[in-house]
Amino acid sequence: MAGNAWRSTVSRVMGAVKSQTQPRTFSRGMQTVTIIPGDGIGPEISSAVIKIFEAAKVPIQWEERNVTAIKGPGGKWMIPPEAKESMDKSKIGLKGPLKTPIAAGHPSMNLLLRKTFDLYANVRPCVSIEGYKTPYTDVDLVTIRENTEGEYSGIEHVIVDGVVQSIKLITEDASRRIAEYAFEYARNNQRASVTAVHKANIMRMSDGLFLRKCREVAENFKDVKFTEMYLDTVCLNMVQDPTKFDVLVMPNLYGDILSDLCAGLIGGLGVTPSGNIGANGVAIFESVHGTAPDIAGKDMANPTALLLSAVMMLRHMGLHGHAKKIETACFDTIRDKKVWSRAVQYTALKKNPVSESVTLILLFIGICLSKFNVV
Amino acid sequence: PQGLSGARLQPLCVRSLSLTSSRNALESPPARADSTFKVTMVPGDGVGPELMTAVKEVFKAGDVPVEFEEFHLSEVQNMASEEKLNEVLGSMKNNRVAIKGKIHTPMEYKGELASYEMRLRRKLDLFANVVHVNSLPGYSTRHNNLDLVIIREQTEGEYSSLEHESVAGVVECLKIITREKSRRIAKFAFDYATKKGRSKVTAVHKANIMKLGDGLFLQSCAEVAELYPKIKYENIIIDNCCMQLVQNPYQFDVLVMPNLYGNIIDNLAAGLVGGAGVVPGESYSAEYAVFETGARHPFAQAVGRNIANPTAMLLSAANMLLVLSPQNQCVSVCVSLCVCVSQVRTRDLGGYSTTGDFVRAVVANLRHRPVY
Repeated sequence: MAGNAWRSTVSRVMGAVKSQTQPRTFSRGMQTVTIIPGDGIGPEISSAVIKIFEAAKVPIQWEERNVTAIKGPGGKWMIPPEAKESMDKSKIGLKGPLKTPIAAGHPSMNLLLRKTFDLYANVRPCVSIEGYKTPYTDVDLVTIRENTEGEYSGIEHVIVDGVVQSIKLITEDASRRIAEYAFEYARNNQRASVTAVHKANIMRMSDGLFLRKCREVAENFKDVKFTEMYLDTVCLNMVQDPTKFDVLVMPNLYGDILSDLCAGLIGGLGVTPSGNIGANGVAIFESVHGTAPDIAGKDMANPTALLLSAVMMLRHMGLHGHAKKIETACFDTIRDKKVWSRAVQYTALKKNPVSESVTLILLFIGICLSKFNVV
Repeated sequence: PQGLSGARLQPLCVRSLSLTSSRNALESPPARADSTFKVTMVPGDGVGPELMTAVKEVFKAGDVPVEFEEFHLSEVQNMASEEKLNEVLGSMKNNRVAIKGKIHTPMEYKGELASYEMRLRRKLDLFANVVHVNSLPGYSTRHNNLDLVIIREQTEGEYSSLEHESVAGVVECLKIITREKSRRIAKFAFDYATKKGRSKVTAVHKANIMKLGDGLFLQSCAEVAELYPKIKYENIIIDNCCMQLVQNPYQFDVLVMPNLYGNIIDNLAAGLVGGAGVVPGESYSAEYAVFETGARHPFAQAVGRNIANPTAMLLSAANMLLVLSPQNQCVSVCVSLCVCVSQVRTRDLGGYSTTGDFVRAVVANLRHRPVY
């Protein structure tokens, strides 16, 4: 216990990236987590997750906050100060889907959150869900994407009418940071290899720099195997045999595409968890699907993505026992065709709306709750 | 005199009518005196030379009247220089049609930002890359009966080779999108769809993030779409597109997109039907046509082992014949190929046959084809 507190102090002083599965020690039993319900189906699925956690007796205290962009002093858009304060104190957040308004004058909320907390790594573990059949079985990989620079730097301009230039930015520091995170993640989660995905044959300087940093960091992590692969080769092989891949680390755009590709392999965004790791120990876990305004409030939404992200959060916090319990209950529920088929029928295909007025989520939670009593 | 020439002409006409080959020669474009076509061949790196040998063997067995002018341009084997490149370009300008393997781009930054393959493409202005993804008859994958066309803009976008290190440790790479080239590729896509009787064109982009760059591309596509009211036009974001391709690829028909997304989707779609060994591709400019594989990889680990699948290159060569002389030759080559795919499987399709086995099977089928 004391050793962990000392280690975290040392790493804070040295500025090194903290090991992610270090169990956190707290004087009280309960830990605070900031929850951002979001828009659309966000509030429903958030309350579902809260209820499930209560039933599982997880020692977490929720602080609900809203993030709607407000204009701060100097005209810069920022998130509400209460939200920032809460997050800085608790360091852990769970976020539902946020809608990105078009032509609202302010940048997307996700972007604001990313900038505020310097969320540099997006981690998406993609594991095939037993009971939810897709053409791809036995998928078990993790995509780690650099989230702050690259092609999404947002620096664009019109040079002359009809010619537009977008700038892709790659820096040494960001590349080194994401590579270090990827290797530490691999080490802490008993992963055998890390593959850097790049296009350094075409973008020789930028992806070349990214690759060089990955190679340098790999030198310090000899227990993890390091390989490099071109982006197109990864895509080609991923759809033929996804079992060949383990941990993938890559810059922003490739990460965006590949993480969605991998989500598609296991069943879509409705079942994929996601976590964002920031500097200063902040971590925000989120569901990456949209707000689904057409089914909001109708008790039809599928809380799996947010629930699995919450499980990822528990593992990050070191509460492995609770994580395992909830995850098992969730997968059992999915395997139970009665509840699952209707949920996935609607959210995944959006073709056959549920005609019976069954309170889907409560049924879902009910089954989860009943699992806990068995323990 | 008139009567004499008339009398002389008549037997000639009678003779020419009975010889079907000369009749065909009169009909075929571009008419050449000896009716063989000259095609530039650049084998490239990796398994390229082996695949080209396969093409030559099959063409010989099929009595195809094509003569290849070979050029060995290779960056990794240090056989590349300005003069060589100019030789290839000169040959291309004469022959107008080429077949090539992948000229591998070494990763080491030797001071030149654009690879030879990119420079070749730019000098010939091969702006459109068309990959027709078709499920192979007799070979089943997770998604069967696929029929997609992927059209990719090949000369600008992320592959502009404009990079610089502003400060030590900070590198900028420029992605250029122009209205002119976006309109050109969109028009090409819609024209292609119209010609081939396709019903829908989907533009793939990331305009929610790259608002100006991909926004311009999207706007150009929308403008061109208005000129083709019979063809349905949609757009989709690249990450969603990738996800949909692995979950439900049947919703797509023709896809058009800028450079990098094209690279990703070409390879993804090739993987869906069986890999880089089975999908042919071609690149077009206003004047030239270059035939190659759909997913461009040198596959260096297979060199010398006789395991590469020549199907993609042979299908591409058959497509080339279709452009050169739309006659029964390419049909028989295709048919022979299709039969072989279901019987003779190379390693990438799960069998143990070698490249040589496959080529021999195609040749045997060609030799036994009915002669018209």
